[in-house]
Amino acid sequence: MAEAMHGLGGLKYDPAKRNRAPEWNVFGALVLIVLVFEILNRMQGGSFLFNMRDNVDAIFNQQRLDIMILQVAIIGIIALGVTQVIIIGGIDLSSGSVVGATAMIVMSFAQTAMVNGNPNPKAIFGDWAMDLPVIVPIVVGLACGLVAGLINGLLVAYTRIPPFIATLGVMVSARGVARWWSNGQPVSFPTETYGSLANGDLLGGMTFGLLSWQGQNPAVIFVLLAILFHVIMTYTLYGKRCYAIGSNEAAARMSGINVDRHKVLVYVIAGVLAAVAAVLLTSKNLTAQAGMGMMYELDAIAMAVIGGVSLAGGRGSIIGTVLGAAIFSVIISGFTSVKLDAYYQEMVKGAIIVGAVVLDQWRQRKRSRG
Amino acid sequence: MSKIILETRGLTKHYGGVHALEDANFILHEGEHVAVVGDNGAGKSTFVRQVTAVEQRTSGEVIFDGQPVQFSGPLEARQAGIETVFQTLALADDLDVPSNLFLGRELFKFRFGPFSWLDRKAMRDRTLDALKQTAVKIPNVDNPIRNMSGGQRQCVSIARTAAFASKLVIMDEPTAALGVQETAQVENIIRGLKDRGIPMILISHNLRQVFDLVDRIVVFRRGRIVASLRKDETDGNDIVSYITGVKGGQDVSYA
Repeated sequence: MAEAMHGLGGLKYDPAKRNRAPEWNVFGALVLIVLVFEILNRMQGGSFLFNMRDNVDAIFNQQRLDIMILQVAIIGIIALGVTQVIIIGGIDLSSGSVVGATAMIVMSFAQTAMVNGNPNPKAIFGDWAMDLPVIVPIVVGLACGLVAGLINGLLVAYTRIPPFIATLGVMVSARGVARWWSNGQPVSFPTETYGSLANGDLLGGMTFGLLSWQGQNPAVIFVLLAILFHVIMTYTLYGKRCYAIGSNEAAARMSGINVDRHKVLVYVIAGVLAAVAAVLLTSKNLTAQAGMGMMYELDAIAMAVIGGVSLAGGRGSIIGTVLGAAIFSVIISGFTSVKLDAYYQEMVKGAIIVGAVVLDQWRQRKRSRG
Repeated sequence: MSKIILETRGLTKHYGGVHALEDANFILHEGEHVAVVGDNGAGKSTFVRQVTAVEQRTSGEVIFDGQPVQFSGPLEARQAGIETVFQTLALADDLDVPSNLFLGRELFKFRFGPFSWLDRKAMRDRTLDALKQTAVKIPNVDNPIRNMSGGQRQCVSIARTAAFASKLVIMDEPTAALGVQETAQVENIIRGLKDRGIPMILISHNLRQVFDLVDRIVVFRRGRIVASLRKDETDGNDIVSYITGVKGGQDVSYA
């Protein structure tokens, strides 16, 4: 619609003044933050993004990029699910604990029988559960996430208790499962194939060796899942229903949408995505501990919120969350790069989350005032 | 007389001890536009909520399109062909106009359960057609309706009803919160329905509007139907007398 049309009551509409997609603002913030850290690093005689060493032949600071990308990828996968939950007007506090519980259970099915010629000292089950094909721990892991998501979804949809309370309960219980599973002992020594899930070169395999990204499988999987869910949220009925429910649940119900069933589905998807993160995390670390994934739920929520997903529901996007995850990771790496103390990092992280929400509210008010 | 599309017999609704609707006998013919008027709390909205099954009636019968019906909810009523514009807007603020028009009855390129692929272009085209047909002007249908004025949103809501109207349209005070021009717009949509021969029940406080638009006026007072008058047999003063209880102490047996 190029020409300005006349609206009701003689109101004129100027197409040029149409709202810019909020994702552009997030992207702008990302560029700005990278720029700030680059300047801060230059003042200290280094560089945030670029390679400064003469003896290394590279344009970028590969080491920092790798750490940044790995950091963003695993929690980012959780954030993809959390985004959908927040868009339907819910919240999922359980994802970090679900990562912990899933990690313990998955690792027990991924163990190898012999370590350096001796029987596995950390064996959870007997011989029958040793050296299983890699598909077994993957399926077990995804099933754990599915069960956790199902509990969340059924609680939220059918008991009508607030999602905050329902998922808080699951968060505490799932952490309990993680500790109870092996009496608080770590589970270690997975099979070699299991270790290669995260540490291998999936991109190389996918492109028949054309491209290669050794050890960055979580990032590759994150990108693939982000594309998948972006398409689902934008082009399919599932996405349309998510936005409709988060926007006006009563209207969605009135329009014949089975709101309760849809909610269960969204929480199940979020649970399964947390399980994917757990599999990749244990594969990366080659061990599982009961405390794994602690506070991941808050980081994931922060990524979504920074990316413009509204906690009130109905607004936000997968692209926004991906950008939010990038900002989140850049900030953490940036603080480390300028040698800011870890204590300050957490303080500033909290302030950024609050700032993002304040900014969103402010934008909202400005827009409704016209 | 033409075929009866909607009939209620002894329709009654009690909220605890409050008798909000008492023994309402109502008939609507094919193609007929009827206004329901009355004071606040006279039972107009209660009557509509029983017909559209937003609430379940205490007793009585509803006969729609020749069949006694007992809808379990507004969705079933809608599927049977009763389109309703409620007082509170049933729109999703964060969705654009086509998504709202097709909420719950989306068009697809292909079906795959919840992951069915939406046919966004077809929905957008049909939306523009529907808006053109109802002469509703919306500057940009691709914007979320959150950014639109109350009148524009009401027009979207009414355009949705008009676009999918099949057997019966019910509007509960569609112009209550609208300005002069927007009201005129909505009235035009209603005339369009009349031309298409779609029967309508209009709840309104605006007697000028009522006399402009409908064939017959039904007056509610204290939960009962106290009058049913053809437009050309009555005038504003007459209707007000019924509304305020100066006239019509007796129930009419059949509205």
